[in-house]
Parts: sequence; structure tokens; C-alpha cells
Amino acid sequence: MNWIWFHRLASPPYIFALARRLTPWFGWTSGILMAAGLYGGLVLAPPDYQQGDGFRIIYVHAPSAWMSLMVYTTMAVAAAIGLIWRIKVAHAVAASCAPIGASFTFAALATGSLWGAPMWGTWWQWDPRLTSELILLFLYLGYMGLRGSIEDTQRADRASAVLAVVGIVNVPIIHYSVTWWNSLHQAPTVMRFGRPDIPPAMLVPLLIMLLAFTLFFAAVLLVRLRGEILSRERTASWIREALEP
Amino acid sequence: MSNVSAATGQPLALAGEEGGPRPAPASMLDAARLVLLRDLKLAFRRRGQLVQPLAFFAMVTTLFPLAVSPELSRLREVAPGVLWVAALLASLLALEFLFRDDAHDGTLEQYSLSGQPLTWLMLAKTVTHWLLTGAPLALMAPLAALSLGAPGASLPGIVICVAVGTVALSLIGSIGAALTLGIRRSGVLLALLTLPLSLPVLIFGARATELAIRGAAYGAPLELLGAMAILGVTLAPLAAAAGVRISLE
Amino acid sequence: MPIQGLQAENLHLWRGERHVLDGVAFTLPPGFCLHVAGANGSGKTTLLRAVCGLLYSESGRVLWNGRDVSEDLAGFHSGLIYIGHEPPLKSDLSALENLRYWLGVRRRLGPTLLEAALQRVGAGAFRDRPVRTLSAGQKRRVALAALSLALVPLWLLDEPTTNLDAAGQQLVGTLIEEQLARGGLVLAATHQELPVARERVRRLELAVE
Repeated sequence: MNWIWFHRLASPPYIFALARRLTPWFGWTSGILMAAGLYGGLVLAPPDYQQGDGFRIIYVHAPSAWMSLMVYTTMAVAAAIGLIWRIKVAHAVAASCAPIGASFTFAALATGSLWGAPMWGTWWQWDPRLTSELILLFLYLGYMGLRGSIEDTQRADRASAVLAVVGIVNVPIIHYSVTWWNSLHQAPTVMRFGRPDIPPAMLVPLLIMLLAFTLFFAAVLLVRLRGEILSRERTASWIREALEP
Repeated sequence: MSNVSAATGQPLALAGEEGGPRPAPASMLDAARLVLLRDLKLAFRRRGQLVQPLAFFAMVTTLFPLAVSPELSRLREVAPGVLWVAALLASLLALEFLFRDDAHDGTLEQYSLSGQPLTWLMLAKTVTHWLLTGAPLALMAPLAALSLGAPGASLPGIVICVAVGTVALSLIGSIGAALTLGIRRSGVLLALLTLPLSLPVLIFGARATELAIRGAAYGAPLELLGAMAILGVTLAPLAAAAGVRISLE
Repeated sequence: MPIQGLQAENLHLWRGERHVLDGVAFTLPPGFCLHVAGANGSGKTTLLRAVCGLLYSESGRVLWNGRDVSEDLAGFHSGLIYIGHEPPLKSDLSALENLRYWLGVRRRLGPTLLEAALQRVGAGAFRDRPVRTLSAGQKRRVALAALSLALVPLWLLDEPTTNLDAAGQQLVGTLIEEQLARGGLVLAATHQELPVARERVRRLELAVE
């Protein structure tokens, strides 16, 4: 097994350069896909027979919610790698993920609230999925709070890595508990399609948006990662050459 | 090697020679027993501090009749939630006692260098902490429940539910307590880290208590609560030990 | 008793951006004391903690008896005692109780042994008083009692003679010499001189970065 690629991935200068090369690819592809997905979802897809045009916010809400969870998982995996093998770049990835994930979570909450408001008559309901998203937001805030409270970078990395791993183990437990809690109290949930068999015209834009959001995350992550590496390695000798145009 | 000190010229005493056979190494059980005894002894030397979480719990439950309504029928509806939120907040406050002193005076450092598994010692500390804070809370909970209109028949069930739930809360709390060692004024951060992780315990604990107060069977949520406590016993001390080691680096 | 002693190879350690340990290496055979000397901030405490395994060194390794300590950290720890700047004593417990709980986690020690050890270091008179009522020098004497009871081949001491009067410093020297005579090893970090016979002491000088 050739581990050289693994060691190169762990080297800050290599990742720094790689990130710069990859960002435009992810960025532009994401932009094109997002345009296609939005066109498909907002214009081409037929109105839902129950909610009319109101359901279209799902094309932003569902990918946001999906990404909020995926980013947390990425963060936890990167943190675990950094914790076990003591790879600094992995910690930098985890640190870069957190604000992005928190933003997706916030977006999911805001779009969820906008979606439900016309039907509920209120701006908020304790829908199980929204409640789970809210708790996920608290998990992100706790992670960022812990990082921000520890001055020593290495210690902040390792402590928040333990927290991220504990968090990811808890996410399924929390989700199950909230769903169970909600089933006891029969609160209405409107945030799904009105029909069990979803036509491709509705589904395909959703999948495109999902892919678009994932690539968008990758692009933003790489940009943040470069900033994170710069700040951590600011006294290292390779920085000066790397920043030469 | 000579048996006379080169510096002072006096004969050197070698430990264990006059003392008989070499003392045996301590087993894991010995170590856990000593951790338990030491923490209990220390807690009782500062008895006043032990009462504080209980007083807090009593005061928080008193807030609700004053803020909502003194009618017992209305209070009975919210009693499970009030009891559990109060228990959760009280055990958050009590987490301060878990590792803080030991971190300051070097005891945790000695534990990590003792040759005993640090995870095992963290479990011993957390169990002792529960005996000092969670168990008394479980015994006080019936009194609070009565004041909120719970029927007398439900009290044993309430004790069991709060007892099992506080075990899980102590274990979950030990993780945040270990990770925030060395951070100044970390009380709010500790709460922010621990509360989301404690929500499942809150949900099932409150549900079990609600069923107990209504006189219905509360076995199902109680079992889930117990499962969480067991999961906590296996995983939380690992995370707490990792947190302690990180704080010593 | 160890045959090969303690070795450190090429230890590098960064604290933040400071390169505190820059390729530190030493060999310490049984029966010898390593005096880690250097000004404040030169990394003496860091070296001791890195050898124990409390701090992670980015490169290099520590060998105990010829084997890398990271292979069996628990075994390595059960063969050493580390006493830092402040003796790890609980202020609400008495000296006797402190010793019982501190060392009892490692070895079963009866009360007679503990009392005898405290007597030997001159702490018999105040052994039942809570530690918060003791002076810094008295606390350090209690820590010395722990040393004599630990029965481990490796001692790591950070500033062992601070706060001690002349008699106390002599006591430190005697204890160290006894340990060396048994074939044990001592790592002592201090900017003062150690009251130990010259021929048994090797010196490692650390420089500030």
C-alpha cells in the first residue's frame, strides 16, 4: 500500500497549493448546477397539488438541511483523523468546516420557518426536523465556542476534536429522541411533498441542487482552509514562496 | 554500589528492608476504591458545598408556582418538565466540583501517571460525583413533585426515574467538564456543551416521570433512560480521560 | 531493576511557535542522576513532562530498558514517580491522608509505613494537620516522604530543593543517593546545585531558544 499520497495530503504547503487549484473547478461547477437546479425547481417543476407553489422552497431548504448534517460528519471525521494521527491539516479542515456547517443549519432553519409559516399561521412550530436542526445548531455553536475559548491552537484543536466525535455519536441518538418525542404529541409536519410518488420533474432539480450545494461547500471549504493554514503557519518558511504570484 | 552516602558519610537506609515484604501493587479495584474514598472524604470536609445544588433545585422548582400559577392541577401538568429542567440545571452547576480542584492541585496529573487506566479512574470519579449530587437530587425530587401536585403513589417511580437519569447526566457532563478544564469562567460554556447532549435524557426522563405521575406504566422510557446510562458508562469516561490528557499537554 | 536505564533520542517539541526542545538527547544508566540545568524558560519542566509522556514530542523517542515507552506507557508509568513544581497535595486532607490516597492508587501501603516515612522526613509532627495549614517547605517534605515510599526505579523531580532549609536540602541529597545506591535513576530539573555526590551526577544543560 503506497502511503505517500496520504503523507502529501498531510503536508500544509501541498494542501495550500492544491486548494488553490481546485477551488475554481468546484466553484464554477457549483454555480452552473445551482442555476440549472433553480431553473428546474422554480420554473419547470409542476406545482404541488397540496401546497401549490409554496413547496418550492424545498429546493433550498432540503439541500441546506442535508448539508448541515454532512458538514458535521465531515468535521467529525477530519477531527478524528487529526486526533488519532496528529495531522495538523485535518484539524484545520475541521476548524474551517464549522462556520460553514452552522450557516447551512441556520439557512435550513430560516427556510423551514418560511416554508411552514403560511400553513401554520405562526413563524415557528416544534416540528421534529426543525427541532433537530436547532439542536444541531447548538452543537455547532458549542464546538465553535470551545475552540474560541482555548488560546493554544493545538489544545483547542484536540479538545474540540473530542467534542466533535462525541457530537457525531450523539446526533443519531438526539434525532431518534426528538422524533420519538414528537410522535407522542402529534404536532403537524408540513415539510414534505404532498404526494407519495414524486414525479421526476420535481425530484431531479432537488438532486441537482443537492450536488450543487455539496460542490459549493467544497469550494468554500477550500477557500477557508487556505486562510486557516495561512494563519496557523504564518511563521513557517514556505509561506513566503507560496504567496508569490 | 556502596551503602554509605558519599556526601554525608552516613549509612543509607533502603526502603522495604526493615519493613518486611515489598508492598504489593494496587489493583484497579483498589485504585477505584481509593478514588471514591478520597472524593467522599473531601466532599464531607466541605459539607456546605454539597447542599448548594440541592438548594438550587428546590429554589428552581419554587419559581414555577410563583411564575405560572399556584393551582396544583395546572402545576401537575408541567411537573415532569419542571422537575427535569431543574434537575438538569442543578447537575450542571454541580459539575464544577467534578474535576476542577483535582486539575488545580496536580491530582489529575498524578492519576494520569499512576499506571492505572485513566478511563477507569474517571469512571470512579464520576460515579462518586453522582453519589454526592445525583443521588441526593433523586431523593429530593419526590418532595419537589409533591409541591407541584404529584400524587403520593407516584413518588417511588419519580425517585427511580430521576436516579437513573442523573447517572446519565453525570456521565455526559463529565465529558464537557473534562474538555473545559483550564478555561477561565467556563460555567456557561460547559452548559452550552452539555445541554444539547443531555436532551435525550431530558426527553425520556420527563416522559417517564409524566407517566409515573399519571399512574401509568413508565417502564418503556425508563428502559431507554437506563440504556443511555449504560452507553454513558462505556463511552463517557473514555472521552473524559481524553479531555483530561489534552488539558495536561 | 532496569538493566539499560533511560534514554532520550532526538526529542523535538514545540509549544505554540516556540521550539522548546531542539533535538534533546541523553543516556542515563542505572545508579546515576541526570541534572537538567538551565535558566528559567529553557525547557527543563517541558523536558521532564515530555519524558513522562504528559507532553507529546513531535519527533524523537524515549527508551526505558531499551524499549520505546510508547509501546507500554502504563508499564512505564508504574515504574516512575513525577513530582512537579507544586507537590500534588489536597489542602483539605492531612499529610498522612494525602500520602495514603496519592500512593495507594499505585501500591497497597499500610499506615505504619506511611507514618514511618513521614517521621523520617521530619514531617511526623504535623502529619495529621490539614495541608492548607502547612508552609511551602513542610509541603515539600511531605512530597519527599512520598518519594521514599514510591519504590519505583525512576524519579522525575522538578525543582526538588525549593522552599527547603539546609537540613531539608541535605535530606533531598540523601534520598537521591539512596535511590541511586539501589540502582535507581533520578532526573532532577533545577537551576540550583544538587546536594548529591559529583561522580553520580551527569549534567544536561538546556539553553533558552
